[in-house]
Amino acid sequence: MELRSRIPAGPLADKWDRHRSEIKLVNPANKRKHEIIVVGSGLAGASGAASLAELGYNVSCFCFQDSPRRAHSIAAQGGINAAKNYQNDGDSVFRLFYDTIKGGDFRAREANVYRLAQISAQVIDQCVAQGVPFAREYGGLLANRSFGGVQVSRTFYARGQTGQQLLLGAYQALARQIGLGKVKMYPRGEMLDLVVVDGRARGIIARDLVSGAVRAHAADAVVLATGGYANVYYLSTNAKGCNVTAIWRAHKRGAAFANPGFTQIHPTCIPVTGHHQAKLTLMSESLRNDGRIWVPTQRGDTRAPGEIPESERDYYLERLYPSYGNLAPRDIASRRAKEVCDEGRGVGPGGNGVYLDFRDAIQRLGRAVIAERYGNLFEMYERITAENPFEQPMRIFPAPHYTMGGLWVDYNLMTTIDGLYAIGEANFSDHGANRLGASALMQGLADGYFILPYTIGDYLAQVKLDRLDAAHPGFHRAEAETGERVRQLLAVNGRKSVDAFHRELGGLLWDRCGMSRNAPGLQAAVEQICGLREEFWRDVYVGGKGEDLNQVLEHAGRVADFLEFAELMCHDALRREESCGCHFREEYQTPEGEAQRDDARFSYVAAWEYAGPGKPPVLHPEPLEFEAVHPAQRSYK
Amino acid sequence: MNLTLHVWRQAAPADRGRFARYDVADVTPDMSFLEVLDVLNQQLIARREEPIAFDHDCREGICGACGMVINGRPHGPARATTACQLHMRHFPDGAELWIEPWRARAFPVLKDLVVDRSAFDRIIQAGGFITARTGSAPEANAILVPKRDADLAMDAAACIGCGACVAACPNASAMLFVAAKASHLGLLPQGQPERLTRVVNMVAQMDAEGFGACTNHGECMAACPKEISIDFIARLNRDYLKATLVPRPPVKEFTGAA
Repeated sequence: MELRSRIPAGPLADKWDRHRSEIKLVNPANKRKHEIIVVGSGLAGASGAASLAELGYNVSCFCFQDSPRRAHSIAAQGGINAAKNYQNDGDSVFRLFYDTIKGGDFRAREANVYRLAQISAQVIDQCVAQGVPFAREYGGLLANRSFGGVQVSRTFYARGQTGQQLLLGAYQALARQIGLGKVKMYPRGEMLDLVVVDGRARGIIARDLVSGAVRAHAADAVVLATGGYANVYYLSTNAKGCNVTAIWRAHKRGAAFANPGFTQIHPTCIPVTGHHQAKLTLMSESLRNDGRIWVPTQRGDTRAPGEIPESERDYYLERLYPSYGNLAPRDIASRRAKEVCDEGRGVGPGGNGVYLDFRDAIQRLGRAVIAERYGNLFEMYERITAENPFEQPMRIFPAPHYTMGGLWVDYNLMTTIDGLYAIGEANFSDHGANRLGASALMQGLADGYFILPYTIGDYLAQVKLDRLDAAHPGFHRAEAETGERVRQLLAVNGRKSVDAFHRELGGLLWDRCGMSRNAPGLQAAVEQICGLREEFWRDVYVGGKGEDLNQVLEHAGRVADFLEFAELMCHDALRREESCGCHFREEYQTPEGEAQRDDARFSYVAAWEYAGPGKPPVLHPEPLEFEAVHPAQRSYK
Repeated sequence: MNLTLHVWRQAAPADRGRFARYDVADVTPDMSFLEVLDVLNQQLIARREEPIAFDHDCREGICGACGMVINGRPHGPARATTACQLHMRHFPDGAELWIEPWRARAFPVLKDLVVDRSAFDRIIQAGGFITARTGSAPEANAILVPKRDADLAMDAAACIGCGACVAACPNASAMLFVAAKASHLGLLPQGQPERLTRVVNMVAQMDAEGFGACTNHGECMAACPKEISIDFIARLNRDYLKATLVPRPPVKEFTGAA
């Protein structure tokens, strides 16, 4: 496997413009002769599918949900970044680029991130034109707020439902193309395998989740926009259906998987309440703009928060990071929360929580302003916990939220399989070892609206593809394999439920490959995962039929893939003998407990090749070269 | 807490369906309603019975996937709350609950509590959008939107497309859903060029899907987990009248593709 990042030559600021002007175009009359499959209908998938159809390509779009509007992008709360500098506070394309590279602890590609910052402004223009109801000032201009890890106000938002509104904008653009017949939509359609013919991605195998029918779909190019894999931890802020299957299957067919160990644990989630819990709920990071995070100075202090005097409160982020305070980046805020809880100073049931307190903000700004800014988040919190954040501080704790790792892609967003693209959270590209708040929405839409539509044309214009249909032997074989796997899952007929396996896997990853990691723990995890996987195929009970709406069967297929993927994740975390961003190896830290990078040995993207069942994965490092920025120890003090 | 659940079981669209009774023990007040179904399903799986099929995904009240009628009320008794965000502290110990799918001709049952809501998608495809090709947008702050209008548009845009409004309506009308989208886009300057054609096309599709007519019961607003106001229905009716009292030449869609 050879990694060719295809980063254009020339000065950083000119690369994208030059590349865009030089890449090949498909004749407008020929576009309608090309079929493109887009898997996933979130911000990246919906914007990509709609934009490709607008150009004239024939698009098939798949989502496992009952409607493309339900993709998990919808749950993003806080906002979307763009270098508009509307607040006149010194923002610029370079500053957004720099913040993102630094926030990612210098483990992302300069050229990709710079392009993202350049496109960010265009994304906002596009969304406003579609009717996304962003927050406004009284004069009618767009409003902004600030977010973690930066010192400018560049985040655009629509109350606490920014992801919903951006997704509905993309969904509506997609719906228009479905109505025009340019996109064929397959809701409740789950991709279970990739079809590669003569080294090129030529289609997918998908299961209709209502009838259970497994069918092959042929195309000239395949785009995976299937999101992240944080559900590997079982408890996460991801929707219940989020999974690794599409990108894992592509990996097994030859696509390199990059940085699988880079997983973001978000600092502000509602703590776990009991063993029945099915998922965790995020409280937007924007709350850290006005909320102050603290724990009691004394261990085991069980007094109600209101009874703890100011002198016995430790506002630890403000103490440790005076210049960023409560707006320290996510990885740091999470790790420090874990640290104070490990010291026995955590609050709430089980001591697994820290306070996020709005008392001072309410005194300063008044209740009405706080309600205007965070009303729906406060309501959501109260609904879940039965506690009113106006009266007592919120309790929060970190939870798995986003995955920076994903399929390795080149500058054109193409994976190591020709004709296979990965966009949005499904690729590894822009966030390095830690994503800053409000940057995922920016990246998903930049990939889908403004990068993929150009770069996919460059590929289609240059390759000579035979017309294939689903009757080709390559499709038959993959279709038969997928059908056989479904039958195998049903045939085990053991004693343990799919859910029980998923919980066990999640628990072990949270302990060994979560907020902090060490070599003995990761080595043990690899062994445990192998044991659990073997047990799964010996003792899982699925029940029901394959030719039916069978939700346990859907879950079983996803858990089977998580059980394979988790091992790669631990391998990656083990091999990276440094700490960077969210990847915190206990062995490598500064005296103050900050992540200690090792640029001499690990300034690379770890791209892993699948070597076959039972064989260790093969590492292909892509060295990271920095011209515009100088990798430094991140300081938010 | 101990609960008695009567859950609608229907193996397939053509099956007649029936209520099945289940007793669920050891429910805690901080569990969500869907977590109770999870626990029940694990018990059914352990007994090798078929688990209850129900749609769900984000479990944060925003994706709109979940939805079931609980004791006659879509999403259950709590105000402005989806079933996934409904916590058991709202129910007394020993409660007896009847759980059914959305019931509407336009939402056929696929299995148990899972219904087919693709009619909503087809209504959006018929006109629930602003035509703005990627790449053609003007600078964002070139379009001024008064805060009042933006806020009102956002109130309407908060719709999650769950279908509770249809389930609550005695006529199984989709007027609140259609009105919310038509108002969201019709309140903004960007939405003006297509404002009237949008309303006509969406209403025509709504009728074609077999949704009932609106007779101002207001049940939709009471059931809506996002508390979308029926004032938007008045807005929709106003635009519909404006669009249809004076006949206009039909607008042909131009895709822009060669």
